[in-house]
Amino acid sequence: MADPAETIDADRSPVEVDRVIIRFAGDSGDGMQLTGDRFTAASAVFGNDLSTLPEYPAEIRAPAGTLAGVSAFQVHISDHEITTPGDAPNVLVAMNPAALRSELKRLVDGGTVLVNTDAFTERNLEKAGYEVNPLTDGTLDHVTVYEVPMTSLTKEAVAPLGVKPRDAERSKNFFALGLISWMYTRPEGPTLTWIDQHFASKPQVAAANRAAFMAGHAFGETAELFDHPYAVRPAVRPPGTYTNITGNVALAWGLVAAGRQSGLPIFLGSYPITPASDILHELSKYKSFGIRTFQAEDEIAGIGSAIGAAFGGHLAVTTTSGPGVALKGEAMGLAVSLELPLVIVDIQRGGPSTGLPTKTEQADLFQAMYGRHGESPLPIVAAHSPAACFDAAIEAARIALKYRTPVMLLSDGYLANGSEPWRIPDVSDLPDISVEFATEPNHTDPDGNAVFWPYKRDPLTLARPWAVPGTPGLEHRIGGIEKADGTGNISYDPANHERMVHLRADKIAGIANDIPPVELTGDTDGAELLVVGWGSTWGAIDGAANRVRARGRRVAHAHLTHLNPFPPNLGEILARHDRVVVPELNLGQLSRLLRAEFLVDAHSITKVQGVPFTAGELEAAFLKELGA
Amino acid sequence: MSSTITTPQDWASDQEVRWCPGCGDYSILKAVQLLMPELGGTPANTVFISGIGCSSRFPYYLDTYGMHSIHGRAPAIATGLAVAREDLDVWVVGGDGDMLSIGGNHLIHALRRNVNLTILLFNNQIYGLTKGQYSPTSEVGKVTKSTPFGSLDHPFNPVSVALGAEASFVARTHDMDRGHMMEMFRRAREHRGAALVEIYQNCNVFNDGAFESITSRSARDDMLIPLVHGEPVRFGADKQKGVTIDGQGRAQIVNVADVGEEAILVHDESRPDPGLAFMLSRLASGPDEPTPIGVFRAVDRPDYGSQVTAQLEAATERGGPGDLDALLHSRPSWEVAPA
Repeated sequence: MADPAETIDADRSPVEVDRVIIRFAGDSGDGMQLTGDRFTAASAVFGNDLSTLPEYPAEIRAPAGTLAGVSAFQVHISDHEITTPGDAPNVLVAMNPAALRSELKRLVDGGTVLVNTDAFTERNLEKAGYEVNPLTDGTLDHVTVYEVPMTSLTKEAVAPLGVKPRDAERSKNFFALGLISWMYTRPEGPTLTWIDQHFASKPQVAAANRAAFMAGHAFGETAELFDHPYAVRPAVRPPGTYTNITGNVALAWGLVAAGRQSGLPIFLGSYPITPASDILHELSKYKSFGIRTFQAEDEIAGIGSAIGAAFGGHLAVTTTSGPGVALKGEAMGLAVSLELPLVIVDIQRGGPSTGLPTKTEQADLFQAMYGRHGESPLPIVAAHSPAACFDAAIEAARIALKYRTPVMLLSDGYLANGSEPWRIPDVSDLPDISVEFATEPNHTDPDGNAVFWPYKRDPLTLARPWAVPGTPGLEHRIGGIEKADGTGNISYDPANHERMVHLRADKIAGIANDIPPVELTGDTDGAELLVVGWGSTWGAIDGAANRVRARGRRVAHAHLTHLNPFPPNLGEILARHDRVVVPELNLGQLSRLLRAEFLVDAHSITKVQGVPFTAGELEAAFLKELGA
Repeated sequence: MSSTITTPQDWASDQEVRWCPGCGDYSILKAVQLLMPELGGTPANTVFISGIGCSSRFPYYLDTYGMHSIHGRAPAIATGLAVAREDLDVWVVGGDGDMLSIGGNHLIHALRRNVNLTILLFNNQIYGLTKGQYSPTSEVGKVTKSTPFGSLDHPFNPVSVALGAEASFVARTHDMDRGHMMEMFRRAREHRGAALVEIYQNCNVFNDGAFESITSRSARDDMLIPLVHGEPVRFGADKQKGVTIDGQGRAQIVNVADVGEEAILVHDESRPDPGLAFMLSRLASGPDEPTPIGVFRAVDRPDYGSQVTAQLEAATERGGPGDLDALLHSRPSWEVAPA
């Protein structure tokens, strides 16, 4: 790629680059997430491809100025298709010494740093652990540094508005945004419009933020500090209407769509937990869709209420993260036994226990697979990118409804908060996932009476009938105690229990016939290396595989959306590759499932640092695996 | 549907009832089966949801919709069903261990939210299904398999707990008086919102006679204090005893002759403040003292499910029914034209 720091253009007209990775970093209270979000939004509307990685501490306000309090937002924008938020930023915006100290190591060599010099006070330097000011001691010799007194320039800009000095300082992130927006020739309109709308009820704040943004923009233009701005052209993509969307919003919208496509009202039972709460927030807005959201007293009541609603004929959902799934374990077993449709959403975060609440991880695969007592299999669907959460939600609902089973839908902190452009689908293209309730008796007893057997199965899907309360003549009782095959009456018969265990397992295994084969990308024929991934590692694997291919090696990539059951062609794909690697943000959970299921010598590539793989890390790992 | 005429047989399932012979649960089941036809509902629109414990087998014996769920979670599961399906008549059945120990949290939250549920709490002051450990309502010092030296736990008074959670309907009855049970169940069922009925229920195997000193025919007159709305709180064979509220706001048992009839508390179940009902619930610290039965509290408060529905309807009225296509285009977007 073009290095932004290299070319000099005397007339200061924009220099084109094909992509840039910018990292905004500051104190938790500095508004860096908002700044990154706004830069992203402007870039999205401009038409760039993009990918984002918000990273923030679990504390709402960690001690100001400390390393623990640093909040960062990385955004990768390009004029071509990209799949990751980028390995290393080209540009770092550091609002204080702690942000510089914490984030500088990520910057590419020769990258650009914009610092807010006003924040480099003795006290802040000390809090960040700097004994000497890094702006003067040579620490930054390997990068290009732009020193900008952002706080004081912001104060000056808003002074005519009569804003109090303390409030004035709070607009400094908009100054930084204005400056970066100038540097990368972002259209100003979207940001200004957003400021006016977002702060409509606080006109003075809106005016201050607007003034700070324009001052930052003007500073770039007039300060002669910068040689020239840069331009990143819109990316070429399939025609359509696009919007920039995070995984949690896409997942929530996918659930709304699943409600429409199934013709069923949605019930969400949920308890707040990071990083899943946004789905509860999002669905709570859509009352006109007939969506009932219930903030329960605890995680167990979240799933319990959803089970009750499922019994009543609703498309029932519970959303949580790993610790919440653990609490729901017993109720998930009940749902397996009741054979009622239910979507369980796990936005994975670092564990065990409280772990890393705001960081990403993929270590709940085993919990999804096995985290219940008894033999209690359930299907698992995992989204591979933020936008893909939309389709994954519909797919999870489809399987749940058709097979009358709880389904685990896996996303993670990176997908949840990260965003990317999404081509908005035509709603008439969405799949029909409607189901029929039982309305008539389905069996004849020995006396010739028509009766209803709640556990008489569809011979093809092995799903049991869904007879909802209110249906005359189909009154029946279900429960967690083992049921007699067919009648559903309590049964302690040993042979019956074994039969029911097998029936439940066979029902889930049979879903393999009803899911698409896994698609092989890259070198689909005769690859030296097969990379098998699942969930959010898709972008980094794709990027790394492309780089390794560019070095002349043959690499294929199979990415799993369905983890239980596996796609029907996975065994065959594994069998025809000699070298198989499985990158995961855990200690090798999928690789062990593959080894157990297919007796394949899958090598594990692992990372558990609370952040995604970079394409560079995986590129190195693949090359190592290839002996290169 | 409500005009359908049913008989008790319409409400009984074909399943063999498997409680221990002599268990108080039989009389509660009978009271419910006899009452159901009188309430005018239909088996199809009625759902019984239970947790785990002896009493939680209840749904199997009624030919309604039913769910025998997991320990303690019945109020949570029933909440989901009642909120999703306002048209249904949802009952919750469970014991003192189920609803006050492992499921205590769900019970108090269902009550405070005022979910439209009829909750029957079978209190036998013991764990029966696990064969005789002390429960959260067992008296201090109780010797059981898990407390060979006597239990140390201070017990819950279920009526006090329910009133503390500001339940809109709270009543107490016992398994020896079918007529009183049926009357309490009827009142609970007719109440819109969360209605809790504590039923003193005898476990003749693990805690036999726990309530005998107040519920036996010979003891009732002197040991049960009937609460009747609008009437003075009096008891005894000749109504010679009564309840007053002293200067400290405490309920006290007195001889009517000592204080005069006008000093006796007139029961008002509809008082907005639950304080006085709570004081009445504190009259007895265990079932060996004169104990109030009847409706402690019955107040009108909007039920949760209908408020949820009202929000959905208001939103739809404001902006029309949800339009998925409009939602998907509700954020800033841009067009990519065909190349």
